[in-house]
Amino acid sequence: MTPRYFLKCCLTVIAVTAFFCSFQAAFASTLENGEEALGRKLAKQAVKDSKRWSTIDHTKVEALNKDFTSGEEITGACLSCHSEAATQFHKTIHWTWLASGDKSDIRYGKAGYSVNNFCISGNAMEDKGCLKCHVSWNKKGVKGEVNCLKCHNSSGFNFNEAFGDIKAFSEDNDPETNEMVKDIQQEIKQAITKVTFPTRKNCGECHFKGGGGDGVKHGDLDTSLTKPNRMLDVHMGIDGKNFSCTRCHTTVDHHIAGRIYTNPAVETRKSLIEDDLAPKITCVSCHSSEPHKNDSKMNDHTDVVSCQACHIPKYARVNPTKMWWDWTKAGKMKDGKPYVVKGPFGKPVYKSIKGEFRWEKNVIPEYFWSNGSQTSTTADDIIDPAQIVKVSHPVGDKTDPEARIFPFKIHRGKQPYDKIHKKLLAPMLSGKRGFWTTFDMNDAIEYGNKTLGIPYSGEFDYVETTYAFPITHMVAPKENALNCTECHIRENSRLASITGLYLPGRDKSNLIDIIGWLSVFGALAGVFLHGIGRFFTRNGKEN
Amino acid sequence: MKDKKIIKIYLYTRYERFWHWLQSFMIICLIVTGLEIHGTYKLFGFQTAVNIHNFIGLSWLILFAFFVFWLFTTGEWKQYIPTTKKLFSVILYYSWGIFQGKPHPIQKSKGAKHNPLQRLAYLGISAMLLPVQMVTGLLYYLYNDMLGILPLSILAVIHTLIALFLLNFLVVHLYMTTTGHSLFSHITGMITGWEEIYETTEIADWETQATRKN
Repeated sequence: MTPRYFLKCCLTVIAVTAFFCSFQAAFASTLENGEEALGRKLAKQAVKDSKRWSTIDHTKVEALNKDFTSGEEITGACLSCHSEAATQFHKTIHWTWLASGDKSDIRYGKAGYSVNNFCISGNAMEDKGCLKCHVSWNKKGVKGEVNCLKCHNSSGFNFNEAFGDIKAFSEDNDPETNEMVKDIQQEIKQAITKVTFPTRKNCGECHFKGGGGDGVKHGDLDTSLTKPNRMLDVHMGIDGKNFSCTRCHTTVDHHIAGRIYTNPAVETRKSLIEDDLAPKITCVSCHSSEPHKNDSKMNDHTDVVSCQACHIPKYARVNPTKMWWDWTKAGKMKDGKPYVVKGPFGKPVYKSIKGEFRWEKNVIPEYFWSNGSQTSTTADDIIDPAQIVKVSHPVGDKTDPEARIFPFKIHRGKQPYDKIHKKLLAPMLSGKRGFWTTFDMNDAIEYGNKTLGIPYSGEFDYVETTYAFPITHMVAPKENALNCTECHIRENSRLASITGLYLPGRDKSNLIDIIGWLSVFGALAGVFLHGIGRFFTRNGKEN
Repeated sequence: MKDKKIIKIYLYTRYERFWHWLQSFMIICLIVTGLEIHGTYKLFGFQTAVNIHNFIGLSWLILFAFFVFWLFTTGEWKQYIPTTKKLFSVILYYSWGIFQGKPHPIQKSKGAKHNPLQRLAYLGISAMLLPVQMVTGLLYYLYNDMLGILPLSILAVIHTLIALFLLNFLVVHLYMTTTGHSLFSHITGMITGWEEIYETTEIADWETQATRKN
């Protein structure tokens, strides 16, 4: 055996070994190896020992042990200990309904010029129908007292109704009704001691039912999240982590962390490891920006794709959500009376007071670049009625380092606009002069726009609009996350409308493909003809 | 011609044959998975295709280094020096002579395994297509770790084009193996190492002594 031959043998052995070693290494990283991903570890650490504890038993609090005759009295009792609560709360968006902390800036917010394509406008808190969801007593809005119990009471007791009854009964001196008043007061007394951190039911009372009913608005927030299983929401599932809303939506001085659309939710994607005090509101806060297992290709996606894009495959998975609202059809009467038509899912598809609706369940989101901010077309902005007006739309594109591809529910509809001033209009709906009473849209608009102080020309028509809701709740368990080919596919990619990047499997250069395949099929045709030639000439052999 | 005796010489060493077949296996796997990633068809599923493609691609890089090492330590690189000598007569043979039963203008020998056309083709592939494919493949693989060197759109397009050119080569190469003394004699040569040639070819004594096995 010569040395050279020996060397060759050695090299061959090394090459084969290297080949099979890399084989194992490459596959080991792709297979389940039982080791937990960093993102999961961090998240578990972040929520460990999360049980809140308290040093107070509200049944023993003397200030609560009396007969209350109004909601305001209860608030007074709360404030007798929690002296700063109302002062703090008055500064929050939950109270002011204005995005800006400056009360004179009324551009954005339900109490300002903001509109949507559901019930359109809050009419500067003049539309009392909207105030059912304001955290004040008796729909008084910012002129009233804070109703602490709306968020901090778990009894589910209807205090407004109880106080109404007491007021009605106390006017006559019948001993039997007096007895009833005492009973009601006893019930109130019991109910108010059930003080709590806000439960899913408290938040959901407004946030699940926004827009006039269960699941109307968001698509990823409805009453199915009051007691979800982990298949619907892996964080909130009562058979899983059982998070309440406040687990993620943390609070400082009654300011609740969340999304304010004029600003990104958090300025930079902070991780708890970097800053323990960051509002824990993005996935990254707990799961880090490398949430998947080491070497997973998925970790390479996180600079472009939001977690939600893959981990919320569909929204409205239990209850349907409203996708279309056409105000042009509102106001029809049957026998001179307003009416309702129910459609699939048992949900109304027509209401005289509101118009025509479409509902959908298990909806595939639409995807857009988003840096967390949303544009907002208010009742004071000029629109182009020849186009579909984007009342609310995500901000961002590929060049924005903070932007990710994010899932959205797009609610479409038709709503009134001013033909002369080219602005969206804010009809008043509830109340004596509201559309729901008069069915006179022109008058409702005139009255409604007056509440905002925006002039109305007197001529209106309808324009099609869209409103974008970021889809961020209803995170499915990881086994239900999207397959690669939901996006990495030539036809019907979920990201078909996303531009600014090359998406393998979806994209190709037609020119290059044609040149390449021509060369391949040209070669095939060439060798085929050559082979035929050899066959018939029998390679030139005579026999 | 008929009266000439066919003899066998040991032309392809063990490592060379090992590399050839491993290379062909890897190229075929890379083309099959690569085209799936490109979106041409569904076979393994995108994620599996990506995993296989990455793994074989990285293995390729390691193994190609061994090949280059072998090429230079053994001096085999000289087999790929391009020449125009007799190039035209080879082209003429394949486009005309082969149909008339004329002999191949070049006989293989230990010192010249490849005819001038093969030299050109293999040099083009080994020195041009494969390196570009390896570089674009590696940059594609490391795209997230080295942002901004080349946009993915350019990397992917080059990678795809060369993959299709290699597929083109594969088609022609496969067909050319059938042009030996019999349909499978070239393939047999690459499996056993012993290639059939006509006796007339002069073979130096040292060649047969050094390589003869039995």
